[in-house]
Amino acid sequence: MVKQIFTHIRAHIFIVLALFSILSSAPAQAILTIDITKGVKAAIPIAIVPFRVTPAQVLSESIWDVVASDLSRSGRFEPLAESDFLSKPSTVSQIQYKDWRLLKMNAIVIGEVQQLGGDQYKVSFRLMDVFNETQLVGNTYPVVKSAQLRKVAHKISDIIYEKLTGIPGAFDTKIAYVMQQGVQKNKRYFLQISDADGYRPVTILESAHPIMAPAWSQQADRLAYVSFEKKRAQIYVQDLRTGQRTLISDYPRINSSPAWSPDGSKLAMSLSKDGNSEIYVKDVNSGVLTRLTRNGAIDTEPSWSPDGRNIVFSSGRAGKPQIYQVSAQGGSARRMTFQGGYNAGASYSSDGRKMVLITDVGGGFKVGIYDVATRNIKTLTNTRLDESPSFSPNGEMILYSTVLRGKNVLSTVSSDGNVTYTHRSEAGSVKAPAWSPKL
Amino acid sequence: MKAKSIQKVVLVSVLSLFMAACAGKKAQESVQVGDVGGSSDGMNSGLNDDTIVSGTIDGDLNGTGMAGPQGSDMNDPLGKRVIYFDYNSASLTFEGESIAQAHGQYLADQPNVFITLEGHADERGTAEYNLALSEDRAKIVSQIMGAFGVALDRIQLVSYGEERPVALSHDDASYSLNRRVEIIYQ
Repeated sequence: MVKQIFTHIRAHIFIVLALFSILSSAPAQAILTIDITKGVKAAIPIAIVPFRVTPAQVLSESIWDVVASDLSRSGRFEPLAESDFLSKPSTVSQIQYKDWRLLKMNAIVIGEVQQLGGDQYKVSFRLMDVFNETQLVGNTYPVVKSAQLRKVAHKISDIIYEKLTGIPGAFDTKIAYVMQQGVQKNKRYFLQISDADGYRPVTILESAHPIMAPAWSQQADRLAYVSFEKKRAQIYVQDLRTGQRTLISDYPRINSSPAWSPDGSKLAMSLSKDGNSEIYVKDVNSGVLTRLTRNGAIDTEPSWSPDGRNIVFSSGRAGKPQIYQVSAQGGSARRMTFQGGYNAGASYSSDGRKMVLITDVGGGFKVGIYDVATRNIKTLTNTRLDESPSFSPNGEMILYSTVLRGKNVLSTVSSDGNVTYTHRSEAGSVKAPAWSPKL
Repeated sequence: MKAKSIQKVVLVSVLSLFMAACAGKKAQESVQVGDVGGSSDGMNSGLNDDTIVSGTIDGDLNGTGMAGPQGSDMNDPLGKRVIYFDYNSASLTFEGESIAQAHGQYLADQPNVFITLEGHADERGTAEYNLALSEDRAKIVSQIMGAFGVALDRIQLVSYGEERPVALSHDDASYSLNRRVEIIYQ
């Protein structure tokens, strides 16, 4: 009898402890759903053979699966299903090129993972041309800890992507975003950073109050963001190496929309201390503040041109928001967008030829691409509550938040609009994503 | 039987301990900071628990507390504490203006009363534009009150943009409830 009671008590304590650890631990990882919206032309057929692992063991991350998933998500590759493999070579001499040609593969990736002892592995891979029977590229990572296997996989994906498309990959990059859990008074906000594919999330700030607009420095060493922890919008900068936070803008009223200059020395921001939202630039070291706009309407969402000379921003001076550009030194603003009733949240691609923005041409708020030369806007998505778009560092993909089936989620769309994928986070609703620069 | 009731008591007390622990944790830590993991990224591994900034938790989300004037009946604009707005607009509707005026008159008569005007927006469009829009909404209400001679330092403006909706569905009915300024008496 007594023993029975104790068993029950233990069981309940266990449940309570388990609950506690679920609630207090880092939120669960994102689950990705890839959605090919249109026919992808010229996706490169590639076979990524499971790497040979010695001594045989199940790795914490199957590098080859991560590589296949990365390449598939880009929409530019069509990895062969493992069930269709005729053989699984791990060395060059084992490759029967004829078989792979029969399977209509252009390229094949083979590799090995060797445990060096303890938590250290040596990883190597080769990308082979199936027609010419030659090695296109290869690399060895001599010492890799198991926690870094996923990162190495992204690096391999980057090398393969660049070799076969001529465009640098952006798989070994990070994203920052705000996740929200709970309702009403129990709301918690988590500023998180994860790999570009949503895995390996780390919480860098947890708050009972809203967090907005994380913005990466070009050097990817600092994140600026808006926090309401003092019950008003203030801008903080957090050093990602040390975790040190600095309150950078605490003027009366709203401090919002921080954006780093390309050289990392200045922050553009929107302040309403003079009565209404205006664009300012603050020198982070000297603290000198320069006002760029003077207008009775809303001016917000500044973003720098890649050369640091100009700042684009959203303004309601024509009624509904449109995109304008002003010199970073100040002066008169020039209207950029004329198509559609609502254009906001613009930022340049790294080559300065395009901008990604949120546009409403009727039917909701969608991710669009603005061509600087032609001034045309092309809509890329078919959702209606898109927000916070940002380019991948190579300009090939766009990360944004949207609402799918009633839930705030992160999505990514290729810059041609052909491939979208969604990060489904079971842990909470997710907003305000920002893609890191190249690491 | 007896075993079962003891078991229940133990469960309840463990649960309440757990809840107390959670509540305590929340009250102490409004904000918690960590740094990014993964030494292969050139960053420190794990969260840094040493850097905890303390603050207080927000107690009153809606701000519709008991302080301030009570309306004489349900049509009395003085009894209303929320002013609603049209889409993408910071202009007052006829009803919104009458509510702002009623509270402006009340505040003019009660020089020691302070208020907060909390501006909000619906989720459509970008979060940053909505933040600015929600401030414009709070500002127009404060200007009406100012016209009654209420000193603007008695009115605190707070803007939350689309971050604090009261209605959570993604439809017009919710949006119309979320585009609002809340009048909060201190």
